[in-house]
Amino acid sequence: MNRRTMRRSFSNLMVALMIGSVIVALLPLFFILLNLILKGAGSLSLDFFTKMPAPAGETGGGVAHALVGTLLIVGMAGLIGLPIGIGAGIYCAEYPGSRLTWTTRFVADVMNGTPSIVVGVFAWAWIVAQQKHFSALAGSVALALLMIPMVLRTTEEMIKLVPNSLREAALALGYPRWRTSLTVVVRATLPGILTGGLLAVARIAGETAPLLFTALGSQYLSFNLDQPMAALPLTVFTYATGPYEEWHRYAWAAALVLIMVVFILSLGARLAVRRRFTLNG
Amino acid sequence: MTASSETVPKVAPAPATSLERANHGDRAFKGLLTVAALAVPILLAFLVYELWDGASLAIAQYGFGFVTSSTWDPVAEEFGAMPLIFGTLVSSLLALVIAVPLSLGVAIYLTEFAPKAIRQPVAFLIGLLAAIPSVVYGLWGIFVLIPLLRTTVFPFLRDTLGFLPLFQGPIYGPSMLAAGIILAIMVMPYIMSVGREVLLAVPNTQREAALALGATRWEAVTTAVLPYARSGIFGAVILGLGRALGETMAVTMLIGNRHEIAASLFAPGYTMAAAIANEFSEAVGDLHLSALAYVAFVLFLVTVIVNAGARLLIWRVARGSGAGSSAL
Repeated sequence: MNRRTMRRSFSNLMVALMIGSVIVALLPLFFILLNLILKGAGSLSLDFFTKMPAPAGETGGGVAHALVGTLLIVGMAGLIGLPIGIGAGIYCAEYPGSRLTWTTRFVADVMNGTPSIVVGVFAWAWIVAQQKHFSALAGSVALALLMIPMVLRTTEEMIKLVPNSLREAALALGYPRWRTSLTVVVRATLPGILTGGLLAVARIAGETAPLLFTALGSQYLSFNLDQPMAALPLTVFTYATGPYEEWHRYAWAAALVLIMVVFILSLGARLAVRRRFTLNG
Repeated sequence: MTASSETVPKVAPAPATSLERANHGDRAFKGLLTVAALAVPILLAFLVYELWDGASLAIAQYGFGFVTSSTWDPVAEEFGAMPLIFGTLVSSLLALVIAVPLSLGVAIYLTEFAPKAIRQPVAFLIGLLAAIPSVVYGLWGIFVLIPLLRTTVFPFLRDTLGFLPLFQGPIYGPSMLAAGIILAIMVMPYIMSVGREVLLAVPNTQREAALALGATRWEAVTTAVLPYARSGIFGAVILGLGRALGETMAVTMLIGNRHEIAASLFAPGYTMAAAIANEFSEAVGDLHLSALAYVAFVLFLVTVIVNAGARLLIWRVARGSGAGSSAL
């Protein structure tokens, strides 16, 4: 065997190894989804979505309280996080030279890498420790904080994609700067910005750590943001680490629902934007 | 808008007011945006302050010795974070040892070798791993991964590599190695996607030059592509490290949660994030709470440093391509 063929077969060997790594990398995804469906789908029923949890040890019941809780906590987080994130993102894109832009961008990068549990400790110290009781609102604040850097970044990137000629055309027609920004630049990128927002919502919807000692979780249906509240990820955690077989079944079902919520939100966001762009272009 | 019917129409003020209105609008617009943009650094400053303030009791009590002491006894009010720091580092490094070869293999394959048709779909599927919530990994880890490890993988490792202290001792299931494996799965998509971006940023001329000199495709990767992308790939790995350090739920559910430093990877351990998650809502003493806030503060500092380093490295490849080519 001459050197040339040896070198070539070594190259082929490495390619084979890399194909192997692709397969190994895809295995966990396959098995996680498979297990979720196998162990979770059987427990899904109308009751699961509409009923309160049964007392420990009894069968039946559902996770309606956690669904409502997640909806409220995440919705509130969106109300806090989206305006700040989008506003700051527009600022960074529209005033690129300013020192505040540099600072905000840098801080957003720092925040993006901050562990969610640390943000939870912050929300606890800021709100729970002051009020002396756990509250869903503190959880929303923590989630909002996790959202802001993601939303900020996508908003800024999206706006930067708008060609400058569009902005110049609007200004030349006598539009004031704010109308140019809002009705021309931002409007052109609105689908992109909303997608970024939805993706951020999808990511925080599955967060558990920041809620552990803010929203805390609860066995009851509650609409009061000032009180402890259940959330789907917290329910998965409690049921998975609990001692009962029945709880474990519910943990799988709740995890399946959680992952469907997250996937549908993020896939929906991506598909919506793709269709929009192909229609326009 | 103001219609004054009887007076002579004033020509001059009308444009003035509309210009003024535009001016007011601009100012209000910029003001609102500035508030939003200012909120971000203010929130971070506030976060740092609250963590510091919460930790101040423990900082006053233990000072820097907190990170080198290894007793953690809430009853005796004696706290040291050494086992937590040890567990965090070991589990994250384990994750990197497993995830880095895999994710770089995938990234290189997808950018350099794979047929065009499968590049996007495979990257998308691996990206889905990043969308799976941490708590779901934990659930899967408890009921699928750990039984598998306990019955098959751990005994096998003990039989074949048992001469190393790493693979000795009793097998429980929840362990440092289980946490490391789940972390590896979780950070893989991040390393893969950033690594892929970095490799895509390598100019094609690099590859063409190597191939023209007679290199095989693998040699082109090792001699021309990887050296060019080196610091960016390093950045991707460090970014993965940053993720692993702060990961909470899955680790809490798999690591066994014991304040101990053990040589064996089969033994349970603890991480900073897991300790906060487990003990914070049940902590009773002020000093216990403060010690946990101190842990959070340390964790925050470590991740900030790690992430800043990663960004710097990636930025050098992704944007400093001009500097890279001038060095050739």
